Formats: sequence, C-alpha cells, structure tokens
Amino acid sequence: MKRYSAFAIAREALRQHRGWTEAWPSPAPRDRYDVVIVGAGGHGLATAYYLGKNHGITNVAVIDKGWLGGGNTGRNTTIIRSNYLQDPSAAIYEKSRALYETLSQDLNYNIMFSPRGVMMLAQTEHEKRGYLRTERANALQGVDTRFISPAEVKKLVPIINLDGPRYPVLGALWQARAGTARHDAVAWGYARACAAMGMHVIENCAVTGVEAVGGQVTAVNTTRGTIGCKKLGIVVAGHSGKLAEMAGFRLPVESVALQALVSEPIKPCMDVVVMANTVHGYMSQSDKGEMVIGGGADGYNNYTQRGSWHHIEETVRALCETFPMIARLKMLRQWGGIVDMTGDRSPIISKTPLSGCFINCGWGTGGFKAIPGSGWAMADLMAKGESPLAGAFSMYRFREGRFIDESVAAGVAH
Amino acid sequence: MLLLTCPCCGVTAEETEFAPGGEAHLTRHGPGSDDDAFESYMFNRKNVMGVHFERWRHAYGCGKWFIAARCTVTLEVFGTYPAQTTEPPPGIVEKIKAKRPEWEGYK
Ligand SMILES: Cc1cc2nc3c(=O)[nH]c(=O)nc-3n(C[C@H](O)[C@H](O)[C@H](O)COP(=O)(O)OP(=O)(O)OC[C@H]3O[C@@H](n4cnc5c(N)ncnc54)[C@H](O)[C@@H]3O)c2cc1C
Ligand SMILES: [Zn+2]
Repeated sequence: MKRYSAFAIAREALRQHRGWTEAWPSPAPRDRYDVVIVGAGGHGLATAYYLGKNHGITNVAVIDKGWLGGGNTGRNTTIIRSNYLQDPSAAIYEKSRALYETLSQDLNYNIMFSPRGVMMLAQTEHEKRGYLRTERANALQGVDTRFISPAEVKKLVPIINLDGPRYPVLGALWQARAGTARHDAVAWGYARACAAMGMHVIENCAVTGVEAVGGQVTAVNTTRGTIGCKKLGIVVAGHSGKLAEMAGFRLPVESVALQALVSEPIKPCMDVVVMANTVHGYMSQSDKGEMVIGGGADGYNNYTQRGSWHHIEETVRALCETFPMIARLKMLRQWGGIVDMTGDRSPIISKTPLSGCFINCGWGTGGFKAIPGSGWAMADLMAKGESPLAGAFSMYRFREGRFIDESVAAGVAH
Repeated sequence: MLLLTCPCCGVTAEETEFAPGGEAHLTRHGPGSDDDAFESYMFNRKNVMGVHFERWRHAYGCGKWFIAARCTVTLEVFGTYPAQTTEPPPGIVEKIKAKRPEWEGYK
C-alpha cells in the first residue's frame, strides 16, 4: 500500500492521476481468524487497529452488514471534547482527544482534526453551578477547561444573542483543545491502516448468529458463511441488543433515534462549536460553510434511522433564539442514527457471560469523540483480559451499583 | 410522528401529547430479591427489533398510563390497551399475528 504524501500528489499530478490504487482491498472472508470484530464503525475499526499496533495481533477480520462507516460513525456531528465529570470518563475521553491530535499522522490519512474549541453554554443558574463543578473536577483530572464569562462568550461567538429572553447566557464551560474532525475519514483512515497490517475489512456481510462450544465462542454465522474465531468483539452500537441476543445475554441498553441537520452553506460566521444543553441544541460550521445542527434523542425504542419531526422543531426553535441570524437559513438535509443508550449515559467496554466474547457499546449520543481511546481500551481488554481505561466500564457495574453518571455532561446529544 | 389512541379516555393524538415510559410488563423485583432478578428488572431491557410492548402516559390529556404495541422497525402501532394487565391481551396478540406471521409471540 503506497503512502499518501505531498510528493505523491505531485507525482500523480504529472501522470494524470493514473497511479492511485484502491484505498483498501475488499477481500473474501477466510474460514477463520484469531479475532473477529463485528461492526466496521469507528469503534470496531479502532479496536482492530490497536490490536495490531499495540499487541501485534493481525489475524483479524472486521465485518459489517453494510458499508464501512455507514452506521453512526458516518452520521454524527463530529464533536470531540473531554470535559466530562467522572474520573473514568475523563481518563478515556481525554486519552481519546489526545490521540485525535496526531491521528492523521499515525494513520497517514487526513482526518481533518480541527481543535477549534467547544463551549457549553450555561443558560440557567443550575446549569452554571453544574459547569463550575465540572471545571473544578476537570482541573483535578488534568483536563484543560475553563468557565468563561458572557463577555468572553460574545467575543468568541459574535453571532450569539446573550440576553435570552427565555434562556440568557450566564457563561460557558470552554475547552479550547476540543473541536471536530471529518467522521468518514476517521473510519476510512483506520480501515486503510488495518488493511495495511494485513487485516480483512469485510463489507456487506451481516452477522446472523454466534456459535459457542462449552460456553466459549467459536464462530459467527454470517450472510457470507460461517467464520471461525478465537475471540469475538461485538461493536455494533444501536444493534447491540440484537447481537447480545445471538450471544445469549441481555444488556442494559436501549436503542433510540438521534437526529441532525445541516443548513445551506454560508460564509464563515462561527469558528467554534457551541452547545446549548438546556434547550437541547448545538451548532458548528462545517468547512463547506453549512451550519451543522444537532438536537435531542427520541424517547422511545426505534430502529428506523429516522427521528420525530417535533424534535427538530424544538431544537431549531431554541437555537433561533440564541442565534437570531440563523432564523432565515434554509435547511438542506436531515438524517437520523440509532444510538445505544445506557442508564448512566456511560459506555460499556466489557467481558461478557460468553467466554472469548467482548462487547463495546453504549456510547449513545456521544461516542465519535471516543473512537481512538475506546479502540485502545478494547484492544487491551481483548488482548490481555484487562485494561486500566476500560475497567470501570464493565457491563456488570449496574448490578454492582458502580454507575458512572454522566447524565449532566452528556445532557444533550453530541 | 406516531398516532396513539389513549384507551383510558379514547382520544387519538400525535405523540407530542404523550410521554414514552419504556418497556412494559416488567415484574418488579425489590428488596429481598436476588441480584440477577433485580438487575434484570432494573436495568436489562429486551430492546426488541420488531414487535415491542411499551408504556406511554397521556401526559397532556387524561394523565393516565397505558400500553402500546408497536413495531420498532416500521413504527407501525398495532394497538393500545390499559396498563392494568401483566401481559398483552389476546385481541392485540391476534392483531399482531395477522400482520406479522413470523412473530414468535410475547416472551
Ligand atoms: C445524529 C448523531 C449525532 C452525533 N453527534 C456526535 C458528536 O457530535 N460527537 C460524538 O462524540 N458523538 C456523536 N454521536 C454518537 C456517535 O456517532 C456514536 O457514538 C459512534 O459513532 C458510534 O460508533 P460505533 O463504531 O460504535 O457504531 P457505528 O458507527 O454505528 O458502527 C456499528 C456498525 O455495526 C454494523 N452492524 C450492526 N449490526 C450488524 C450485524 N448484525 N452484522 C454486521 N455488522 C453489523 C453497522 O452496520 C454499523 O456500521 C452522534 C450520533 C448521531 C446519530
Ligand atoms: Zn387519555
């Protein structure tokens, strides 16, 4: 596989770009692998990548029922931040954010990481107190955040309306090193790097069953035949319940629809990400100039990748108050993804009741930011049986009462 | 947008008039139950891809709880019935079977 570089672009420019090869091959599945990962979203691909890079395990297949990155990884609003409240969250999200900083170089693939800064507006006294607490917690965790005044908010976001009337801006939690990245490129970059290590990324291959002998996983049944494996990683986000059922256990997870929408492209007007959690809306401007808007999740179980109309209405209505100038923008596209919600709004990276079978899910509305750190932790867990980053996120924490409550930090979808 | 009929007051309205309340027909396991039973009642969910029985409250109407049978893949609502029952009534089950012959029944 040839490396991408400025020199390669120049060389290809001189020969009418006829020398480019496919970004990654499309191999037929083999009979068996050491490790099979179900789900070629960001988390599945990153797991495979760090299994190879950190542990030298490369006899690996990542299989997906659709196309690579066609799940939530290609449907999110790309916010990357690590200003959570609890210590285990800060550890994994900050690890992840730090890995994002050099990911383009590591993967030799431009993921367009843009550390433009993320602010979470405080629009009620209650919310303000909450963020002051997060600021202190982040200081102890070594996560660089700061509570800023309304005047500083206005300076960073000139298009904002500070005075309400319903929800005045009382300040914001500001993380300058947070930002966005190109979601598809994250999936593509990991896939290419996995293929370069000799791994198989297999698309259009749905897993329909899990085989086990004596409580130990032995194979998966797929629409392209049975594939044997010594270890199995289930990393399928909204479809986790379905895969868990095949593997014979239940999860504390429910699948709901989360939506986003983008406007027509306009000239640059906002170069940071603004989240307004009280009113359930957030917004950033893409490199193409579109305003990217996300809102709240539906409250009922859903697998349709469509959400309810009234959620968009609520989100946009609230954002129009905070950003009056967007009121006359036309919206171009709307879409939904099926997100996997846990009760404490924290993910699951865990062993399962089936020996050799591991699960990574529950990222819900906010797992894009966690892709590198989550893959790192999951690879540790699958290779060595334990991981300092993943430890607290076991699926058994619920019965043991060790919740990692992030319902405030993850209050809005992001 | 879902259209639901409240079996308590008979009103048919859009989903914005109702509040979703999660999986229905859970058996409560409280103090004295073992860890497995409690975990399964408190946290674990079927999260069905297909026919789902779920609680709703007529929040902006009569305020009462009821249960809806709905498909989570197509969003089709098969019917609603009062909450004072521990499993789906036969009438609803028949209706679902007519529309989803492959459905394995309520488990
Ligand atoms: C509208 C929206 C906005 C969001 N905004 C943000 C944000 O701003 N910041 C942030 O951090 N997070 C955000 N998220 C959340 C984030 O997108 C997800 O947490 C993350 O992408 C999950 O990645 P994943 O790899 O676990 O899942 P996915 O990318 O969904 O990958 C799972 C894969 O499993 C495959 N699969 C499922 N069933 C099977 C089967 N039976 N056999 C084979 N393959 C199967 C699917 O095809 C899919 O490709 C948002 C999500 C949505 C929907
Ligand atoms: Zn009613």
